Amino acid sequence: MTAKKKTGLIFFPAFDWAISPTHPEREERLLYTQDQVMEEGLFDFDNVIEFKPGLATIRDIDRVHICVPDAQHVITESHLISAGGAITAADKVLTKEVDNAFALVRPPGHHAMKVVHGARGFCNINIEAIMVEYIRTHFGHKRIAIVDTDCHHGDGTQDIFWHDPDTLYISVHQDGRTLYPGSGFPDEFGGPNAYGYTINIPLPPHTSEEGFLYVLDSLILPILADFKPDLIINSAGQDNHYTDPITNMNFTAQGYATLNDRLAPDIAVLEGGYSIESALPYINVGIILAMAGIDYGNVREPDYDPASIRQSAETTRYIRQLSSEIHDLWKSRDEERAKLIENAGYLRRQRSIYYDTDGINEEQAETIRVCSDCGGVFTIDSKADTGRRIFAVIVPGRSCPKCRTKGEQFFETTESGKYDYVYFQDRDKDIFIRK
Amino acid sequence: MILGIDVGGTHTDAVLLERFKVVRKKKVITDPENLLHSLLEVTEKVLGDISPGNLKRVVLSTTMSTNAIVQGRISPVGMILASGPGLPPSLLRINEHSHIVSGYVNHRGEEVAAIDAGEIAHIVRTLRDEGIDHVGIVGKFSTRDPKIELDIERLVRSRFTHVSLGHQMSGNLNFPRRIATTYLNAAIWETYHTFIRSITQFVAQFDAHIPVYILKADGGTIEIGQSTACPVQTILSGPAASIMGILSLVDCVEDAVALDIGGTTTDIAIFAGGVPLLEPLGITIQGHKTLVRGLRTRSIGIGGDSRVACVNGRLSVGPMREGPAASLGGPCPTPTDAMVVLGLASIGNRERAVRAIEDIASALSRPLEETAHLIMEHASREIITHVRAMIEDINNKPVYTVHELLEGAKIEPKAMYVVGGPSGAMAPRLGELFEVPVHIPGDAEVANAIGAALARTTTELTVLADTEKGRLTIVEEGIQQRVERSFTRDDAVTLCREKLRARVLAMGAWEDDIEIEITEDQSFTMVRNSCIAGRNIRIKGQVKPGLIHGARR
Repeated sequence: MTAKKKTGLIFFPAFDWAISPTHPEREERLLYTQDQVMEEGLFDFDNVIEFKPGLATIRDIDRVHICVPDAQHVITESHLISAGGAITAADKVLTKEVDNAFALVRPPGHHAMKVVHGARGFCNINIEAIMVEYIRTHFGHKRIAIVDTDCHHGDGTQDIFWHDPDTLYISVHQDGRTLYPGSGFPDEFGGPNAYGYTINIPLPPHTSEEGFLYVLDSLILPILADFKPDLIINSAGQDNHYTDPITNMNFTAQGYATLNDRLAPDIAVLEGGYSIESALPYINVGIILAMAGIDYGNVREPDYDPASIRQSAETTRYIRQLSSEIHDLWKSRDEERAKLIENAGYLRRQRSIYYDTDGINEEQAETIRVCSDCGGVFTIDSKADTGRRIFAVIVPGRSCPKCRTKGEQFFETTESGKYDYVYFQDRDKDIFIRK
Repeated sequence: MILGIDVGGTHTDAVLLERFKVVRKKKVITDPENLLHSLLEVTEKVLGDISPGNLKRVVLSTTMSTNAIVQGRISPVGMILASGPGLPPSLLRINEHSHIVSGYVNHRGEEVAAIDAGEIAHIVRTLRDEGIDHVGIVGKFSTRDPKIELDIERLVRSRFTHVSLGHQMSGNLNFPRRIATTYLNAAIWETYHTFIRSITQFVAQFDAHIPVYILKADGGTIEIGQSTACPVQTILSGPAASIMGILSLVDCVEDAVALDIGGTTTDIAIFAGGVPLLEPLGITIQGHKTLVRGLRTRSIGIGGDSRVACVNGRLSVGPMREGPAASLGGPCPTPTDAMVVLGLASIGNRERAVRAIEDIASALSRPLEETAHLIMEHASREIITHVRAMIEDINNKPVYTVHELLEGAKIEPKAMYVVGGPSGAMAPRLGELFEVPVHIPGDAEVANAIGAALARTTTELTVLADTEKGRLTIVEEGIQQRVERSFTRDDAVTLCREKLRARVLAMGAWEDDIEIEITEDQSFTMVRNSCIAGRNIRIKGQVKPGLIHGARR
C-alpha cells in the first residue's frame, strides 16, 4: 500500500445518453457505480476531490483525428464531455492540483482510430489520445506510456500512436482469436519509426488475478522502467471481470485495485466494462481507493470466490512463456527495426477497417517516410463504403526538418481531384487544414 | 399570535408576532447551564399581560443539541455496523464501542448475507457490561432495504434505553455519514429528551392547547413531540434561524447573498430564487460529516472583533479574535476600531480605538484615516472573495447528465442582504464590490427569533421502485411494498407527492404551507441479457424551506 495521495475524480455517468436503449453503452451503465461510490462516501475523503468535466473542443479532436467529413459530424455532445473529462483529469494532474486523477466517464474511446468515418466498438473519438495530445500542446512534449487494461484490444489507440516513439502503448487483453476486435498480437509491434513502442499482450480466456498480476510484475513494469515515461496513463477498461457479459476473463475487483496500486498511473480513464451491477461498482471503488492510497483490502464482490475462478496450470504456463517472449522482443527492438526497414525510404501498409457500431467498411493505405530523427511524416488514403474518399498528411510531433518539408509538399501538391477532402495535420504547429 | 424564541449562545430573544408583524420583542442573557430557565424568563417577559391562549403556535430555535455535542454532554453509544465489503473497518469505527458485524445488502437492496444472532448477542453482553444504554445500528445500503438494521434491532431493542436506526436518519446514500448521523442522534437523545420533556411540561401549564415547534438545521420546523425520534435534525439550527430571519425581513424572490457579520465570523448564505440553498449531502458538526439536511452556509474568520495585524508590511484581518475591540478595552486593533476612527460607529472609547489603529498606521507608514479605510477595504474584499468562491463552488457542482452539463442553471445573485453589528458600516462597500444593490433589514437584532417564528415545516421523501424485482421502498416512512411491472415514473411522482404531504402534515405542517417540489427525478430502463427487464425509478421530493403562508412580504 502506497502513501495517501490527492486524487481527482471526474465522474460523468451521462445518465441521459445511450447508443440505443438496450445497448451495453446505455444510461444505466454507471448507475450502480454511482450508488456504490456515493454509499462508500468516497467524495468525503479530504484527498478525493470531484471535478466537473470540461468540454473538449473541435480543435482538441482535430489535433488527433481525421474525422470524415469533419469532427462535428462524427460526435455527439456527450463525446465532447467524456473527452473533456479526460482533459480535465490531465489538467488537474499537470498543474499539480492533485497527485493523480481518474476520469470515470462515458462514452469510451479506445477503438476510435486516427481516421474516423463513424463509430467502432462503441467509440467515436479516442478520449485518451485526445488527452495525450492536449497534454503535449499545453504542457510541453512528454514521454507518455498508455497501459490499456480493457479486455478488448485497444486497436484505436494502437493505430493513433503506431508511428510515435514517444508514446509507449501497452495493451493487455483477451486473445484476439476469441474476442472483438480480433487484433492485438505480439507481432503488432509499432510502425517502422516506432518499432517496439506498441506492445500487445493477448491473454487466454479465463486468465485470473494470478495471470494479470504476473504480466504486470514480470513484463509491464520492467518495460516501463526501461521506457522511463514522464506520465503513465491507464485505459481502465473493466471488462476483464469474471462477470462481464461480453468477455471470458476471470479478473476481479481486488485484482483491478492491486493492479492500479502497483502500476500507479498518473491518470486513469474508464474504457469498457459492461457487468454494470456485479462488477463495475466494486472495481471502481477499488480503483479509487487504490489511487487515493486508501486501504482497498476489504473491496470484493458479493459472490467473490477465488477458488471458482482460478486459472488453470496450463494458462499459467502459457502466460509465463508469452511474457518471456514479449520481453525478449522488447529487448531486441532496435535490431529488429533495422532488419525491418533495411534501406527503405518509404514503407506502406494496406488495411481494411470495419466499423461494427455503424456498419461501415473502410479501405486504407498508409505511407510513412522511414526516419531515424522523428516519428516520420505519413499519408493516409482512405476510402469508405459511405462513398467518401479522403487523403491526409500527418506531420508528427517533434518532427525533423526533412519530414516537415516533405509533409508540406505532399499537402500542397495533392489535388482534391478524386478525394472528397484533403487534410493536413501538423502536431508541432498545432495546425489542422481541410481542403 | 405566534411566539418565536431563539436561545442563542449569548442572548435569548423572543418575539411576538401578530399578522406576521413584530408587536413585542424581548432579550435576556442566556444561562448556558440552564437553557430552560432562559426560555421561561424570556417567555414571561415578552408575554406580559397577554394570555398564552392567544398563541396559535410557539417556535423554538435552540442551541441545545449543538451545545450537547460541542460540550461533550452526550451519552456513550454502542454502534453496531453491518458494513459488508468496501471501506476497511478501521475507517468506519466512530468510537471505542463500535462493532462491525456480518450481514449486508447490496446496492439494489438484495440481502447478500444474513446477520449472525450469536454475534449480536455477544455484542449486546459486551455493551451491557460496559454500561451502555444507547445504541446505533447502521447497515450499508440500509436506505435501499432496512432489513438488516431491523433484524438486529429486534435482537437488541429490549436491552437498551434507546436504539437509533440508520435508515431513519435520511433516505440518502453515504454509509460513513449515516454512521456519524446515527451516532450523534443516539448520543444526544437522552439530553434532548429531558429538555423536550421540560418544555412540554411548561407548555402544559397553559390551559390552551398550543402547538410547539422546534427549528431544524434545514430552516424548517417540526412539532416538538415528533422531533424526539430524530433529535439530530435540530443540530446547527442557529445559522438556519439567522438565514430564515433574513428571509422573513426582506422581500427576496431572486438569487441573492445573505451575510451575517458577527464579532468573530461572517456567515454567508445563498438564496436561489428566494429559497435558501441546502448542503448537498448534509451538515458537518465537530468534524462529523452527517446526512442531516441543513442550510448551506460558509463561515469565514472575519468579523467586527477580528484581529488586525501588519506583518512585513502586509495587512491582515482575522481569522483570530483575541477579544473585544480595542475601543472596548480589547487587546488588539479590530475592524470595529477602524469604524470608530472613521466615525462609522460609536462603540466604546474613541481614544483607545485611535491608539490601536495608529500602531497599524505606523507599521504601514500611512496616515491614520487612510489606514482605517485600508482595514475596512481589506475586510470587505476578503468577504467578497469568499462569497464569489462559494457561488463558484455551487455553480461548479458536478452534474451527471449531458443536459444539465450544457444547460444547467447558474446562481447569479441580484441582491445582497447584510445583518449583524458592523452591517451599517460595511454594507455599502460590500454592495459596491459585488456590484449588486445591498439591503440592511430592520429588526435584524431579533432576526433569528422572527425566522424561527415564521418558518414552515419541511421534510423530504424518497421513492425507489425497482419493477424488475417488483419492489417499492419509501425508507423515511418505513414503507416496503410490492409494485406492478407496469408502475411508471409518473406513478412514482404521484405517490411521492401523496406520501410527502401526509408526512409533513404529521410533522405539524399547516395545509397552506405544503409546497412540494420534486428534487430528483430519474427513471432507468434496466436491461439484462439484451432485454428490457424493468425500470429503476428514483424520485425524491421535498417541502422546501420557506416562510409560512402569508408571511412573505
